[in-house]
Amino acid sequence: MIEVYKLTKRFGTKTVLRGLDFDVRAGEFVALLGPNGAGKTTFLRVLASLSRPTFGEVTVAGHKLPAESAQVRARLGVVSHLPLLYADLSAEENLQFFARLYAVSSLQSRITEVLELVGLDTRRKDLVRNFSRGMTQRLSIGRAILHDPQVILFDEPYTGLDQDASEMLDDVLRTVAKQGRTVVMTSHDLARAEDLATRFDVLSRGVIAASATRDSFGGGNLLSFYKQALAG
Amino acid sequence: MSPKPTLLKILDYVSILLLAVATYLALVFAPTELIMGNAQRIFYFHIGTAWTALLGFIFAAVLGILYLVTKNIKWDILEVAAVEISVVFFLITIILGSIWARPIWNTWWTWDPRLTTAAVTELIYIAYFMLRSGIEDPERRARFGAVYTLLGGVSAPITFMSIRLFRSIHPVVIGAANANQEKMNMTPDMLTAFLFALFTFTVIFIDLFWNRYRLGQLEAKVEQLKLSNQ
Amino acid sequence: MLTPSLLRATLAIVRKDLSAELRSRELLSAMLVFSLLVILIFNFTLDLDPVTRKDVTAGVLWSTFAFAGTLGLNRSMAVEKDRGSLDGLLLAPIDRSAIFFGKAISNLAFMLIVEAIVLPVYAVLYNENLFQPGLLLVILLGSVGYAAVGTLLASMAVHARTRDVLLPILLFPVILPVLLAAVKASNAFLADAPLAEIMPSLNILIGYDVIFIALSYMFFDEIVDE
Repeated sequence: MIEVYKLTKRFGTKTVLRGLDFDVRAGEFVALLGPNGAGKTTFLRVLASLSRPTFGEVTVAGHKLPAESAQVRARLGVVSHLPLLYADLSAEENLQFFARLYAVSSLQSRITEVLELVGLDTRRKDLVRNFSRGMTQRLSIGRAILHDPQVILFDEPYTGLDQDASEMLDDVLRTVAKQGRTVVMTSHDLARAEDLATRFDVLSRGVIAASATRDSFGGGNLLSFYKQALAG
Repeated sequence: MSPKPTLLKILDYVSILLLAVATYLALVFAPTELIMGNAQRIFYFHIGTAWTALLGFIFAAVLGILYLVTKNIKWDILEVAAVEISVVFFLITIILGSIWARPIWNTWWTWDPRLTTAAVTELIYIAYFMLRSGIEDPERRARFGAVYTLLGGVSAPITFMSIRLFRSIHPVVIGAANANQEKMNMTPDMLTAFLFALFTFTVIFIDLFWNRYRLGQLEAKVEQLKLSNQ
Repeated sequence: MLTPSLLRATLAIVRKDLSAELRSRELLSAMLVFSLLVILIFNFTLDLDPVTRKDVTAGVLWSTFAFAGTLGLNRSMAVEKDRGSLDGLLLAPIDRSAIFFGKAISNLAFMLIVEAIVLPVYAVLYNENLFQPGLLLVILLGSVGYAAVGTLLASMAVHARTRDVLLPILLFPVILPVLLAAVKASNAFLADAPLAEIMPSLNILIGYDVIFIALSYMFFDEIVDE
């Protein structure tokens, strides 16, 4: 579903990604781990078509970036640590707006469906301005899945959430992943990643330093795997 | 960084020499103009710097287009070099013009289309540097810089036309002049001094441009080292 | 899998901006109060007595619009940037020009709303008839150019550390032809000058609008894409 071959991304003279290879099959839930500054966010922005690769080939949902950005965008949902929502619009109005940008058909029933999924159907008329951090984040997920994307990217979705909100988000993420979507999530939180993901990749110094599936651990320790990957 | 090329070293000395000769031609060799007197001698350097500065601004816009098309940071470094030297040259143009205007127009400054456009052009390129200094990502800085030089380059001539809706007293030196405007008639010696000044400032521009480009490459390298140490 | 047409996407963005603004009224109220304060300041600093006033009306109005305009432009881009919603727009399968035209049309709408309120207030305060079709045309032409370039430059300024102070510095030297031609044409219309005398100014306004809408449209991709 995602194929990345020898991806290099430079900002001026600064090289962030150095010939990175990355392959995700349909239905996988990949946790992308790594220290700050390893290039996780940059990598996700390239996958999201927000940032052009300097060199290398990137294919998402069967379409090449950046040449077929529009096709990729139509099949892709993104949730970042910023809400990507408008504070002065209600939950429903926000979803209506994005539904129009994605040319979602039968708009109203889809919005109701999504609001129920993220548990905000009772707050649909409330302004996002008055939402808690957790509610805003759930609405962001609603925004990202509105057009029923095949691939979803989560960039640090747990940033700034308290325990309750995080657990609620866990539930929503599980539901979203269960619907057969391909998910890539960056996270600092190894415990959360261990709960959700089916595969763990460590990004370090601009390349994927190690990759392991849940099964290959056999109940081993994610933390020691992570530390080894960074040391190697 | 490679050592300074020999050709550039030679060019440095040639520039100094040419400047000395041009100064001699302007101040001693050229005859005194009948109406304006010695103040007219300023004109040789005034046009010399103006000519190179304006060519420099156009050159910078071309480099901006090259950057936007190729996204090669080299063009951005060249663009900054061109703008920076042109801004300084143009400032010299404006100051020299002002000194000339004091005895001739009896004022340091007048809001004539050419003078005002010159001032606005200076402001555009000062804004250009303020824009660049506010952006950390070198690649984005280069893109925004290129776009802004192009916007500025297109708006400057329109500014000139719009100020002309008001009026002008600047002398038209070459080409057709209005009957009521002061027109200078150049003797052959004056023309020699004039053309030599144009040539000199063009060479000085190239010399400074080359030096500034090397400095720009160094800056890029320093920035890269700083970022990779973070 | 569908993508919306350019027109539909543009209208969705305009509709979103207008309904958010009609709810909060943050941007419009700031622009309006600021405009009235500028007029108040001009009244005393220029000592607008009935004789001098006639000649400076256009100048005062256009300075007010230009200053108040930067307030609106800054705010309208900051709203997109601060909550990451600009990324939200960029992630949608829409043409980048839909984002540019959407934002530019909203910004133009905000300017026109402010102008539609400031104009009668000024007319009442100074007992001058400002409702002349010619003047309204000039205001429309001037605002179009201002909103186009302003939207482009605001989307640049928003990425800079110094964004709030940077926008007017970037905008004013580039927008100067619009202000000069608009003042000239407005004054001429207010003085009932013959059309032949006004045409050069109008031509500059129209020319500027066409050229800079085209340039802003061309460059917007370069500004928002990484």
